[in-house]
Amino acid sequence: MSTATLPTAHFDLEPMTGPSKEQLLELSMGPQHPSTHGVFRMKVVLDGERVVRLKPVFGYLHRNHEKIAESETYLGSMPYTDRLDYMCSITNNWAYALAVEKLAGIQVPERAEYLRVITGELTRLQNHACLIGFLMQDMGSSGTPLMYAFREREKILDLFEALTGARMMCNYMRFGGCRVDLPAGWLDQAKKVVADFPRFLDEYEQLLVSNEILMDRTQEVGVLSRELAVSAGISGPMARASGVDYDIRKVDRYSIYDRFTFRVPLGSHGDVYDRFMVRLLEMRESVGILLQAMRAVPAGPIVDPKMKIRGFRPRPGEAYGRIEAPKGELGFYLVSDGSPNPYRYRVRPPSLINLTVLEDLCVGRNVADIVAILGSIDIVLGEVDR
Amino acid sequence: MVGEGILKGMAETARNFFGSFVSKDRLTTVQYPEEREPRIEAARDFPFLVYDGADWQQGMRCVACQICEKECPPKCIFIEKSKDKKPDANGKPQFYPAVFNIDISVCMSCQICVEVCPFDAIKMDVDYDLSTDDRFGGLLLNKQRLSKSNDYYRRIHPTEAAEVDARLAGERARQEAKAKAATEARLTATAVQPASGEPR
Amino acid sequence: MTHLAQFAQQFDQIFVLAKHWLLGYVPAGAQPLCSAVLSVAPIIIVFPLLFAITTLLERKGLGRIQNRYGPNRVGPFGMLQPIADGVKLLSKEDIVPITADHAVHFLAPLLLVSASFMDYAVLPIGRNMVIVNLNAGVLFFFAVGSLMELAVFMAGWSSRSKYTLLGAMRAIAQMISYEVPLVLASIVVIMQAGSLSTVSIVNMQATYSGIWPHWFVFTPWGFAGFVLFMVAATAESNRSPFDLPEGESEIIAGYYTEYSGFKFALFFMGEYIGMFATSGMAITLFLGGWSAPFSFLTWIPSYFWFFAKLLALIAVFIWVRGTLPRLRMDQLMNLAWEFMLPMTLLNLLTAGIWHFMPAGPSRWLVCSTMVAVPCILLSRGLKHKKKFQVHTYHYSE
Repeated sequence: MSTATLPTAHFDLEPMTGPSKEQLLELSMGPQHPSTHGVFRMKVVLDGERVVRLKPVFGYLHRNHEKIAESETYLGSMPYTDRLDYMCSITNNWAYALAVEKLAGIQVPERAEYLRVITGELTRLQNHACLIGFLMQDMGSSGTPLMYAFREREKILDLFEALTGARMMCNYMRFGGCRVDLPAGWLDQAKKVVADFPRFLDEYEQLLVSNEILMDRTQEVGVLSRELAVSAGISGPMARASGVDYDIRKVDRYSIYDRFTFRVPLGSHGDVYDRFMVRLLEMRESVGILLQAMRAVPAGPIVDPKMKIRGFRPRPGEAYGRIEAPKGELGFYLVSDGSPNPYRYRVRPPSLINLTVLEDLCVGRNVADIVAILGSIDIVLGEVDR
Repeated sequence: MVGEGILKGMAETARNFFGSFVSKDRLTTVQYPEEREPRIEAARDFPFLVYDGADWQQGMRCVACQICEKECPPKCIFIEKSKDKKPDANGKPQFYPAVFNIDISVCMSCQICVEVCPFDAIKMDVDYDLSTDDRFGGLLLNKQRLSKSNDYYRRIHPTEAAEVDARLAGERARQEAKAKAATEARLTATAVQPASGEPR
Repeated sequence: MTHLAQFAQQFDQIFVLAKHWLLGYVPAGAQPLCSAVLSVAPIIIVFPLLFAITTLLERKGLGRIQNRYGPNRVGPFGMLQPIADGVKLLSKEDIVPITADHAVHFLAPLLLVSASFMDYAVLPIGRNMVIVNLNAGVLFFFAVGSLMELAVFMAGWSSRSKYTLLGAMRAIAQMISYEVPLVLASIVVIMQAGSLSTVSIVNMQATYSGIWPHWFVFTPWGFAGFVLFMVAATAESNRSPFDLPEGESEIIAGYYTEYSGFKFALFFMGEYIGMFATSGMAITLFLGGWSAPFSFLTWIPSYFWFFAKLLALIAVFIWVRGTLPRLRMDQLMNLAWEFMLPMTLLNLLTAGIWHFMPAGPSRWLVCSTMVAVPCILLSRGLKHKKKFQVHTYHYSE
């Protein structure tokens, strides 16, 4: 039996200058990988340890969300939006509800707005906690910061379960308000959780912020320049870490965000460390918003009384509703032709748009940096692939 | 000082290590299945059909209007309407579902079927230990498996059940009041009749 | 000697006495062979047992650090978990990639385990309890320990896979770079002791002035040497924060990705045994080997103290693993060549000055400043180069 030959590398990028092709190593950080945040593949061409080219391959989690929505009613797509960015189901619901409300001209009562802000900011807290935990895990901390972050996240998920019935697939928003009102004692429990949160942030900062190894691994790594961020359409904490002052809560002033005072942290270097720290600081700001909102929840209906659940037919037209999701600008573009199903339903996924600059960030860095950079972009494959 | 951040991190870790022996906050594991977390009342898993009284076939609230089947996003409910009618809790003859299947391998627990049901017939259960090794029918729950009594519903979701019971009782009271008013009207009408039919 | 002291001494020498008693039953011709076997057998029994216990302690220790229980289902407090792990690994299918170099692939774990076990030949576990008292014991230790690097490279190269190749390259670079500070950090002890024999190094430290022991770690150059030695030992054993060669979240398992079942168990064991051996050498060189920390505690047997110190060092290893993220390759190498090498050379100078200065507070002062000042200067320099700077953030208006 002849010895088996290795298959030749099929690398379909253009020929590149520099070291000859035989000296380059093509590595597939393949769909099954502990650190790619889901089924995500990166074809990496290495010169020793340095990255020369990088091509992301995704689509392993494509579930035809937009096509399914064309055959579902508007309400029927709401549970599917939970599963887009499956960590932050409530903000997904919110963006979709906002788009439909714009399309059909539905008003949202006050109490519902407050509930939306409270649950939305809680979602932001638990998403950022997840992210900072996973970033440390990918850099090799053997899970300790991850466990601490998840310990806090569990408290928030318990709050979601008490309110909506499910920890992650909340299905909470409806067109014109929220689905269910606060049960007795929820607000007190939430206040306690939020009041405890800064203590966790302080502990986390002590564990990590001045850790020399972390600083060495993340500073000046994956630097995203301000111009590139703006021209590539990057949004969310990733853009703000590069100094782009763009927070949709301040720009659009959707919902009732203009009633709360909060600051928007901006980074100046645009490296992984900045993205990490901007998210930590955003968590503190979210805690501030939550404390303000929970003090002032008014009584009233939680959904527009004129809205009915069945037989919803918006008038023909189109609308684009966007919010500041924890990962960036999440937008829904809906085109209606007067029937109960949308004619076109399009999701603007922040993770995918933020991922387009992955190659620019990684070229010239080491293999070990790829994982840190990917972690700092904060992708969720459910959103990238829909 | 070089290494200071590392030492601070190690102090934090040591605090968690020693704290885990002392405080519950630093050892949050719940040893399933011997211990379980207290169940949160609003939790939802898969739907079930509510029946009043003791007989699950007699007291089932579902009238096979098929609204939940239409509104279900992943289309996991399969209903076949019966040909005959049976009396419901108020005595009125209604259709009933001859076949009511929910495929819980498809169901995504979105609760839309509960929201749209006009008869409070389908509610969300909290039972999640439903795994089976029967690949072909084990996860298709039929009408009998789905039927659980109103007492069960009161046990698992007390607040919701109390509200539903109050509303249904109110409706029943209104219907009874209307029926009584109708019979009274008929009685007074018949009482007036003989007076007019009296021979002069 | 008092009754109690006599009893303590006998308890201390119990294994030596048992060995002599057993040898009495063996004919004179076979005595050298039997003596060798009787010396080696306890090492081969005790240290793999310690390895099993360490895997359990590590998982439970990491678990507690991470606010969870470690394994606690198999046996009370999970104490039978190593047995379960062993059974699992032994019963797995041995998969060898078809393109792999089969002979080298097979030999690599064997070499690793043999090299790690040979290190124990010169470690004094207790008073009069060393397998071989070589005149050049420390040299033998480092020479044989370097075979481990060869085994790692054999593993990575023979698997003919890109991940393993990357892992092997990284591992070789790391281990070779850290051999230099490791050996240089131990040279100070050899200078002071004037001998390469491990037994005489320990005997020098086993004396007391008052209740304080003469361990080398209680001197400025000894303390610096100990810290440098332990950092280099962590890098030699590929443990966090230097575990990039087996960087679990990047290249799966590095050089032993393609190993399964018992060969993987051998790799795992070889690494841990190597870690124990290097810690044992650190204990021998700096922490006084088998001697007790205070003179009034010498009645506790010497092997007990050796294992107590070994367990303490293992606890520190686990603690560091639970806290720190991984260093990147170039940062690893920078640390070895730009920081540790100059520090070890400076430490040599300090040790020399210590030797030639008269005993007293002045030599403490001089040597401590010689060790501490470069550290502080280095921190200042790194901060100045804006390498380790905590960024400040501004907020938008």
